Amino acid sequence: MHILVCIKQVPDSAQIRINPVTQTIMRQGVPTIINPYDLFSLEEALRLRDQFGGEVTVLTMGPPMASDSLRKALAIGADRAVLLTDRFFAGSDTLATSFALTQAIVKISETFGAPDIVFTGKQTIDGDTAQVGPGIAKRLDLLQLTYVAKIVECDPDKREIIVERRSEGGVHVLKTKLPCLITMLEGSNEVRRGAMKDALRAARAEIVTWSAKDAGIADMTKCGLKGSPTVVKKVFAPPPRSERAFFVPTADVASQEAENLITTLFERQPALEQDLTTTAAGF
Amino acid sequence: MIEERFDAIVIGAGMAGNAAAHTMASRGLKVLQLERGEYPGSKNVQGAILYADMLEKIVPEFREEAPLERRLIEQRMWMMTDKSHTGMHYRSDEFNEEKANRYTIIRSQFDRWFSKEVQAKGALVICETTVTELVSDAYGKVIGVRTDRDADTIFADVVVLAEGVNALLGTRAGLRPAPKPENVALAVKEMHFLPQETIDARFNLRGDEGVVIEAVGTISKGMTGMGFIYTNKECLSLGIGCLVSDFAEKQQTPYGLLEAFKKHPSVAPLIQGSEVKEYAAHLIPEGGYKAIPDLFGEGWVVVGDAAQLNNAIHREGSNLAMTSGRLAGEAIFQIKSRRDPMTKQNLSLYKTYIDDSFVMKDLKKYKDMPHLLHTNSKNFFLTYPELISTAMDNFLRVDGKPKLEKENASIRSFVKQRSLMGLFGDAFKFARAWR
Amino acid sequence: MSDKPAAPASAPSRASMKKELPEHFRGYKHVWVLIEIERGTIHPVSFELLGAGRKLADSLGVELAAAILGAPGETMREAAKEAFAYGADLAYLVEDETLADYRNEPYSKAMTQLVNAHKPEILLLGATTLGRDLAGSVATTLLTGLTADCTELAVDADGSLAATRPTFGGSLLCTIYTLNYRPQMATVRPRVMPMPPRVEGREGRIISFKPDLDEDQILTKILKYVPDRDSAKSNLAYADVVVSGGLGLQSLENFQLVRNLASVLGAEFGGSRPLVQKGWITSDRQIGQTGKTIRPKLYIAAGISGAIQHRVGVEGADCIVAINTDKDAPIFDFAHIGIVTDAIRLLPALTEAFRKRLSPHSRDRLAG
Ligand SMILES: Cc1cc2nc3c(=O)[nH]c(=O)nc-3n(C[C@H](O)[C@H](O)[C@H](O)COP(=O)(O)OP(=O)(O)OC[C@H]3O[C@@H](n4cnc5c(N)ncnc54)[C@H](O)[C@@H]3O)c2cc1C
Ligand SMILES: Cc1cc2nc3c(=O)[nH]c(=O)nc-3n(C[C@H](O)[C@H](O)[C@H](O)COP(=O)(O)OP(=O)(O)OC[C@H]3O[C@@H](n4cnc5c(N)ncnc54)[C@H](O)[C@@H]3O)c2cc1C
Ligand SMILES: Nc1ncnc2c1ncn2[C@@H]1O[C@H](COP(=O)(O)O)[C@@H](O)[C@H]1O
Repeated sequence: MHILVCIKQVPDSAQIRINPVTQTIMRQGVPTIINPYDLFSLEEALRLRDQFGGEVTVLTMGPPMASDSLRKALAIGADRAVLLTDRFFAGSDTLATSFALTQAIVKISETFGAPDIVFTGKQTIDGDTAQVGPGIAKRLDLLQLTYVAKIVECDPDKREIIVERRSEGGVHVLKTKLPCLITMLEGSNEVRRGAMKDALRAARAEIVTWSAKDAGIADMTKCGLKGSPTVVKKVFAPPPRSERAFFVPTADVASQEAENLITTLFERQPALEQDLTTTAAGF
Repeated sequence: MIEERFDAIVIGAGMAGNAAAHTMASRGLKVLQLERGEYPGSKNVQGAILYADMLEKIVPEFREEAPLERRLIEQRMWMMTDKSHTGMHYRSDEFNEEKANRYTIIRSQFDRWFSKEVQAKGALVICETTVTELVSDAYGKVIGVRTDRDADTIFADVVVLAEGVNALLGTRAGLRPAPKPENVALAVKEMHFLPQETIDARFNLRGDEGVVIEAVGTISKGMTGMGFIYTNKECLSLGIGCLVSDFAEKQQTPYGLLEAFKKHPSVAPLIQGSEVKEYAAHLIPEGGYKAIPDLFGEGWVVVGDAAQLNNAIHREGSNLAMTSGRLAGEAIFQIKSRRDPMTKQNLSLYKTYIDDSFVMKDLKKYKDMPHLLHTNSKNFFLTYPELISTAMDNFLRVDGKPKLEKENASIRSFVKQRSLMGLFGDAFKFARAWR
Repeated sequence: MSDKPAAPASAPSRASMKKELPEHFRGYKHVWVLIEIERGTIHPVSFELLGAGRKLADSLGVELAAAILGAPGETMREAAKEAFAYGADLAYLVEDETLADYRNEPYSKAMTQLVNAHKPEILLLGATTLGRDLAGSVATTLLTGLTADCTELAVDADGSLAATRPTFGGSLLCTIYTLNYRPQMATVRPRVMPMPPRVEGREGRIISFKPDLDEDQILTKILKYVPDRDSAKSNLAYADVVVSGGLGLQSLENFQLVRNLASVLGAEFGGSRPLVQKGWITSDRQIGQTGKTIRPKLYIAAGISGAIQHRVGVEGADCIVAINTDKDAPIFDFAHIGIVTDAIRLLPALTEAFRKRLSPHSRDRLAG
């Protein structure tokens, strides 16, 4: 099987800082990581490869630095890495991103063979849209299985796959045909560590690097800012609420404090007392 | 099974490990460097001041590309009581020279850059890989390492232990005893983010000029210790360190000290409105000369903090680490180019080099200091600051009392022995020497 | 939220762009909401969206339509009635056997056909597993813009949709426009928008649409549906009262105090993200940007600092009570009532006091 996994290098958002005065983003030194959701998809891809044989290709679109993430994916066990990088891609929204990635996947199919399954992450932690995967599926006309909790069965010969897909109130067991696009749910598997020999291989591996032109993209108007129907008009910090909390007086004894709090609460929100009495009675 | 063999494996991608790997790789040795952090520097904590001289010996043109925060043009030394500080500042435009002598750096960024230099020289660097075990042959010679990735052994002629202060591997392999609590200090540090203009204004700086504040006094609650504030471009590194054994004895927590330091009336305005993004705690080898373990053996050498090569609390650490790493690398290269085996005997060349360098000479000079300070800490960190503060207050406060009357007995007797400046100097000499 | 803009973080080069809408998009009119039905039940987010859509439609002076997809049957009429009650002017009923349960293929085909036939200018969907799955396919097919997980929707002076959503890990908000393409699509997470009032008997028009679908052409088949066990589910998002705890509680044992108070109040309990990471609570009880958005009548937060990612998940609460030892904690900036005290000390007393106050005995007093 040839399995393709789209991964994205993202800033570790836990470490993004906002300049408290100017409200601008301080990018200095914010480390980048592989989008955590993508790792569950990568692991699932490796499991299928280990089971059925074949190759796993990882693909990312991003700045040259994104090769770090590809190398990490190789160290985890992927067989091949492709970096799609071009300044024309800057400012891509989900539609332009899925276009560029799709073109690269077509080129990968021509060069290394068509993938039987394309995995993407459920969503990214920076864009957070969960739309790039469905976008790719639509453009490549792949059957789409998002929020997959488990791959129940895969039969590469019959070209069939059965998965459990999470829906709001339960789980759908779906059966569909390969090729398809899958996004895995977080926690659906445990991402492996990667063997020492993979780490050594990854450190030296050559990363296939394509510009837009290399990937066969002729129509630049579909890429980057130009190809993005959405436009970010402004970025701003959430405005503070006009007034701060009303402070309840403290007391030496906790029970007095509790009384103070409840009194204040019901004074300021008279309707609550009835509401609470009703809800409390329900239990 | 990993077929491949390396000339040297370096454990750790901190200052010492990078210096060693760079030195060996640039001389054509086949080097594998293993780092447990997500990337080089991700786990490293330092104030941090970089001393240009030691790095220049490894990467001469570093100023062009290394992520340097600010060049240091001013040093402030504060003696603090709970309400005051008495300070001595030295600022000079001479420090604004083209090739400045000291810079502030952020280790997570600096180490990353340093590692890229190492990789550019041809060393193979693999992160997110913890070395779990040194592998020895039947005669006890170290022949390779094993990692937390799997059971595979990676073989090399020599292993350079640059694993930092905890030095678990060395201890586990019986190459050295575990560091004692009275020989390690614990430093806690926070990064306070502020707009560059705010830092410039608060510290009287322009462009990439920077200031270092070091503070002793009641902030360490009578323990041997020092607080520090370093200016980076868009943030302040602020921290305090004390001996691990003292913390236990005095029932103080590092975090408590740091909180008090931050609330001090001399410190609070400097960090007001900042956003704290990083809290880190780290050990610092402090035992000095007497605590240095064996530096080499059959198939291995140890460098940097792992070898306790640290001129006590902060600052004088990374330069010793870089220098020891570089010297170990040079020794290994010499032995290799003679086609000699990496035996204990041959590796003693490293010890020869290092004995001959400032590293050992400095450490030897202060060999008794740690002990001395430990016993005198109450004087230096509680009594002196109070006395100086009282004297200054009397001196400056205009309240109609005759000046002569104001010097109370205790100060008079004290000042008879030492001049005010002398007193001040004393305390700092000790604090610094202890480093 | 956007009435007090701070300095823009970065000015994207196209931010000032606004071209004339191409001729073929001029006919796109009206605001649509996808009514999400799974297993015969309408997801409440659809009603919340009708509320938001109503406002958009009114300010544009256009109609609000509900797009209802499903297998032919009574459920569809019922859904339309509900949609009218919550503010829709008309409902498109897209009935076909292939639409019985959600599957991407038939749903995205049907939805695309419907859009192409009836041309909405705004299309809103819930940011649920269904909505997100469908929205991406539809937007890509139509080659239009889609703004995901919006927290605010407004209509600009020139009539375009201004969709605001968190960005950069939630530390900032950004407002996104879809220029020159129609429809303008957006998804919104459950509970971000308030539930609009239900007007019983409100009427609307029904327009039937027959999609071109064929089960034989659809490759994905549903083998089984396994509903979640009810007992395991938390009902945080829709609870009237929520009590939650944060790192300030210091230990799992102390977190029990939150659960005790919740049980006396008949409330749901939850917590901040670090508690999930520590394993004190399960992830379905995390409140905030990457957890649940809640809109209770009363929210009690004990030992929570009120980081922005937490704040965005609770701001819709009618009354927020914060218990925190630090008088400068950010949570006091958006709480309504605050008390600067040790939560570990206060919670047991508060539980006891509420128990007394809300006991049947005192309820009689209230009634009498
Ligand atoms: C708060 C503070 C402030 C300081 N300020 C200064 C200053 O201003 N100037 C100065 O010169 N010095 C300062 N120092 C001292 C300086 O940081 C150290 O001396 C220096 O970092 C030592 O370098 P090293 O390479 O020996 O160790 P480290 O920098 O600690 O590097 C060790 C590396 O080894 C890795 N490692 C450990 N174990 C393993 C393993 N088993 N497998 C793989 N990798 C492993 C670690 O992740 C780490 O990257 C300060 C220290 C502290 C704590
Ligand atoms: C991309 C991203 C997404 C995130 N998503 C979410 C999310 O969905 N939900 C979420 O909650 N967080 C989220 N976070 C994390 C968020 O930024 C904060 O780190 C988190 O909310 C802090 O949790 P806390 O308030 O419990 O802990 P802390 O910030 O540590 O606050 C503890 C508080 O308790 C107080 N306290 C201490 N002792 C006591 C006592 N005895 N009694 C009373 N008060 C006491 C302290 O004063 C302090 O204010 C996210 C972060 C990122 C980067
Ligand atoms: N630039 C990119 N390169 C590769 N894959 C991407 C890129 N952007 C998004 N993806 C994939 O699409 C998924 C969903 O992204 P998003 O729609 O941004 O939430 C991610 O988890 C990735 O697998």
